Amino acid sequence: MTAARGRPHGYRDRHERRRPLARAVKRGRWFAPALVVALALALAFLTLPVVAIFVRTSPGNLIGALDDPGVLDALWLSLRTTLLALAIIVLVGTPAAYLLATRTFRGHALVVTLVELPLVLPPAVAGVGLLAALGPAGIVGGYIADTGVRLALETAGVVVALTFVAAPFFIRGAQTAFAAVDRSWLEASRTLGASEARTFARIAVPAAAPGMLAGLALAWGRAVGEFGATLIFAGSFRGRTQTAPLAIYERLGTDFDAALALSAVLVVVSGTLLLSAKLLGGQGTETLRAAR
Amino acid sequence: MLPSRAGGASPDFTLDAVLEAPAGTCLALAGPSGAGKSTLLRIAAGLLRPAHGRVECGGEVWLDTATDRELAPEQRRCGYVFQDYALFGHMAVWQNVAYGLRGVARAERRRRAEELLERFGIGALADARPRTLSGGERQRVALARALAPAPRALLLDEPLSALDARTRASASRELAGVLRDSGVPALLVTHDFTEAAVLGDRVAVIDGGRIVQQGTAGELAASPASAFVADFTGAVVLTGVAHTGPGDVTIVELDGGGTATSTDRRTGPVALSVHPWEIALEPAGEHIEGSMQNRLEAEVLTVTQVGNRVRVGLAAPQPLVAEITSAALGGLHLAPGVRVAATWKATATRLVSL
Repeated sequence: MTAARGRPHGYRDRHERRRPLARAVKRGRWFAPALVVALALALAFLTLPVVAIFVRTSPGNLIGALDDPGVLDALWLSLRTTLLALAIIVLVGTPAAYLLATRTFRGHALVVTLVELPLVLPPAVAGVGLLAALGPAGIVGGYIADTGVRLALETAGVVVALTFVAAPFFIRGAQTAFAAVDRSWLEASRTLGASEARTFARIAVPAAAPGMLAGLALAWGRAVGEFGATLIFAGSFRGRTQTAPLAIYERLGTDFDAALALSAVLVVVSGTLLLSAKLLGGQGTETLRAAR
Repeated sequence: MLPSRAGGASPDFTLDAVLEAPAGTCLALAGPSGAGKSTLLRIAAGLLRPAHGRVECGGEVWLDTATDRELAPEQRRCGYVFQDYALFGHMAVWQNVAYGLRGVARAERRRRAEELLERFGIGALADARPRTLSGGERQRVALARALAPAPRALLLDEPLSALDARTRASASRELAGVLRDSGVPALLVTHDFTEAAVLGDRVAVIDGGRIVQQGTAGELAASPASAFVADFTGAVVLTGVAHTGPGDVTIVELDGGGTATSTDRRTGPVALSVHPWEIALEPAGEHIEGSMQNRLEAEVLTVTQVGNRVRVGLAAPQPLVAEITSAALGGLHLAPGVRVAATWKATATRLVSL
């Protein structure tokens, strides 16, 4: 009798007392720290190379290496070509993204997938594809050559390669941003006498601007780091097609300090772009709206 | 004039409606959700193109699928007030209002926008962002924006539904004034018959894509064409001015004559509503006094059988509707022109501030 009554009681008692205190703490003792260890490992592995770039050699050496005209040429070329590529991307990509965001048509999903394809395409494949299409012996390259324009192995070719790999980042961001614009705003604009083009310029673009800028920052980051497609399609000629990443590769064996210095600059640029994208997209959008 | 006709045939929806709104009047399009009200409004504005249809405004054809004529929304110049007001969040209030003013210098646009905002009593909000406004303020901005370019017609999609109950009464009164003064035809969509009765000169009841009945609110309530309209019209709505009477009841001086009492406490302009089945009829002249009992002498306009009930349309002098069972008729002879007295309890009389 006593045992029968006492047992469930004792059982419950044990459960209530031990589970939160003993057992759960015991579990927590290995599980929560395990999570922390995993994150610490990931963080260390992912940031160590970045840190190494700055501490491998003295800051004086880093800055001194930047004084090399070849290094400055590469940075200057990177700046020019990425800005030109971004201008082309924004000019063509913005209306294209608007169309994808506001209209449905047969094959819409297919078009979106095709536009996004360069995101997952290996850069070397992109370079080979660009050669096969726009190179001197490419399927449309011959016609382009007839007009006197040379792309392959020229600065213009760098811009083409950068545009190809970076455009999807912007178009995707802009498309999402346009799709998030309240449809009734666009309709209200029309009923107030604005044509579709004016509605696009006065309502859709300003309203989607934060998302578009976030996409632009990501596209810029991708373009600044572009290596494979540029190397294959445009080559690596100093002052003409040798962008910063290509210059880093060339100096690896000969002038490691210069390679480090260029890398340090790219780390700062990429970090800044990632940060702007984060601030402009997601929560940043709200902050930005509130600030205005 | 804004006559519009739309026949739509999409796989799952057909619209069949002929609507007409003379200048300076408001046609309220009332019906349950999914009835096709907003679709008709969007067709009139050019935001949607029906398979077949015709929209005309002041003699100008906006859409005629038979002759393949279609004006883009921006060419129709109709002021559209959206359900959620659709104010441009990236612009200040005055820029929203000035958006439709074209071919005018910036300073002039600002001046005209501020003038309109002033007229709506929100001149101080010119530089505010729409997101910081209350629902009632947003509605006024939306109205001012729609009216700024001097539209040829006003289209309003549930203009009061985004407001809370307290704001709705005053917004409704303001809106009625705006519609009266605008001098252009207005088409207003609502799912609420009382709102339609207060704001619309005429009401069209739409159900399942078809206009089931059109007329003044009084006509619809008095002689509904179907049980659906009878259900939908619900309570009878009278307007008047309320003041507190002896014994803590509210006395309403009805517009057009007569008084009614209610146990609801309100003062000032009110809409009084009573369900038709709360109203009993008795011969005119006989008079039993009682402060808790309303009694209005009225003339019978219509007598309509709805199921096993009789709907009697009355002029009292505002339109009033009684719905009584055949048994309750008693010896009362009901025919158009006969004078009767309508009676109902003060406790069955709801008051809404206008």
